[in-house]
Amino acid sequence: MPQRTHHSFDVAVVGGGIIGLAVAWRAQRHGMRVVLLERAPAVATGATHAAAGMLAPVSEAHVAERELLALGLESAARYPDFVAQLAQASPLDAGFLACGTLRVARDRDEAEALDRERAVRERLGLPVERLLPTAARRRESGLAPTIRLALEFADDHAVDPRAISAALADAFTRAGGELRTGAEAAALTSAGDRVTGVALASGAAGDGASIAADQVVVATGAWTERLGGLPAGARVPVRPVKGQILRLRDPAGPGLMTRVLRMDPGYLVPRGDGRYVLGATMEERGYETDVTAGGVFELLRDAIELVPGLSELVIEEVEAGLRPGTPDNAPALGAGALRGLHWAAGHHRNGILLAPITADLLLQSLTGSPLDPLAAPFAPGRFTTTTKEVAA
Amino acid sequence: MSTVDPTTGTGALDAAAAADPLTIAGRAFRSRLLLGTGGFQSLEAMAEAIKVSGSELVTVALRRIDPGAAGSIMDVIADAGVEVLPNTAGCYTARDAVTTARLAREAFETNWVKLEVIGDDRTLLPDAIELVEAAEILVDDGFVVLPYTTDDPILARRLEDVGCAAVMPLGSPIGSGMGINNPYNIAIIRERTQLPVVLDAGVGTASDAALAMELGCDAVLCASAISRAHDPRAMSLAIKAAVEAGRLARVAGRIPRRLHAEASTPDAGLPDFGVADA
Repeated sequence: MPQRTHHSFDVAVVGGGIIGLAVAWRAQRHGMRVVLLERAPAVATGATHAAAGMLAPVSEAHVAERELLALGLESAARYPDFVAQLAQASPLDAGFLACGTLRVARDRDEAEALDRERAVRERLGLPVERLLPTAARRRESGLAPTIRLALEFADDHAVDPRAISAALADAFTRAGGELRTGAEAAALTSAGDRVTGVALASGAAGDGASIAADQVVVATGAWTERLGGLPAGARVPVRPVKGQILRLRDPAGPGLMTRVLRMDPGYLVPRGDGRYVLGATMEERGYETDVTAGGVFELLRDAIELVPGLSELVIEEVEAGLRPGTPDNAPALGAGALRGLHWAAGHHRNGILLAPITADLLLQSLTGSPLDPLAAPFAPGRFTTTTKEVAA
Repeated sequence: MSTVDPTTGTGALDAAAAADPLTIAGRAFRSRLLLGTGGFQSLEAMAEAIKVSGSELVTVALRRIDPGAAGSIMDVIADAGVEVLPNTAGCYTARDAVTTARLAREAFETNWVKLEVIGDDRTLLPDAIELVEAAEILVDDGFVVLPYTTDDPILARRLEDVGCAAVMPLGSPIGSGMGINNPYNIAIIRERTQLPVVLDAGVGTASDAALAMELGCDAVLCASAISRAHDPRAMSLAIKAAVEAGRLARVAGRIPRRLHAEASTPDAGLPDFGVADA
């Protein structure tokens, strides 16, 4: 192996999506010497690039995922501080919008389903307000007169994933962190049961070099299975879940919709300046990222039925991204099966929402502090065999 | 469950099911419950539901998944040791359905197909004309065709005539959970066809599945009722038990309905205590 390593780092973060960026910034700010490795020519080109940025733990809550709900609520609560700290570290605006969220039903069936969702939230003590169509349309005049029922989730907001990622990358480098784009990690390197760093892929910037680091954070999202150097049994299973998504712009400026609109299925997220994100399909298609006529049609058909004014908007972008899905939809957070290995992967639909809490928990993990009890259900060990079994 | 006394309780249900297999196209299945894979909140929830259902056949929409993708629905199905019944969900014409079925045959290496040709996306009701045409072509092409059909007894007979291996009438529209809207039609389909009858859509809860079996259906296919329940694992168990109970009740033979009461203990031959003075 060519010995071209010049530096040794305290922490190497593999993956420059919002999760890797948030973890890297937090660790660097804490005084660690951090390198972030991103295989693409720029940061935030994967799921983060496609994501709409809903911060919607309450409207998205699922009755069978109570622990994930608790994690999401805590992360949403930390968002304002997270963004405020980021604003002190970088002049770039993070694009946080305290807008609230509406879920709407367009017929009797959907209204009944919505009432069932409301009952679940009331039982869990979560804030939700039931709105008859006239009341809902008084708050959002862009809604179609044909809607049947709406729920308002006043605490569910949105952030622009691309803007906050740019701000995080800027804050990270300003704090002295080393950001390497075009640097694809081929494998973790290890000696015995301890990680020693990351080997870069040939053809990457710094071709074939290894990066020495005491600790490594895996934040590789949907591409996790392609990272080598993990012993069998030490791997968190992450699969790509494809989502097609559109970006729209209102030439007339903002105002058509001021809140996030959640429908069945999909959502419309306002950026507050006349831009909107309309997503997203959920497809099990491996790494395929084609945008299909049917996918785009279904998104537009449902959204225009609910917000007729959308038909006047300009389509600025259509793309398909890959969510990193685990078998239980929840991320792997914290120490892995090798010493010095930490996971921050598998955030599925919730990567943007969970960035602040992930950064906080990973800092605890990297500094050897006990993790917040909130993190217990998300230990990577629930997917992997124990260190002892790996070594045996 | 193997610790349960085989003459009572769940053990007896399992033993009864084992002695009375479902046969489709010459293949025997212990379980009379087929599962759909749509609508589960997570792969883990799906894996649990499949496991407890005892189902041996689960249906997967070729149009919605890539069978080659690792760590996906296909891996869960493989781990569960159940077989895949590819379906043509999302097809609106015979042409699309035939193409999709042929792709599925390549991808899943099976010539079995659950044939769906849908008329529109609001009702998801079958398009009878396109369905019969697609069935004809696929049967001729060597497929074992299990068509999703309306509860029309004449259409069921047409599907039998073109060589389908089973008929799968709906109880009510897909995902509606409205149960069996026209039990008389299901009973007529049962009476008029030699093919296995699989109730395919509309089951909302366990009693719907039991009713289907009591009406003489050979099996029940269930997706949303399980996948969208608050606790899919528990609902999967409930529907498994209901299918088995309904089948046993059908085989046992229900008593006829009567307008007036009939005492379960006949009064003929009762001892005369000399108090009744008629």
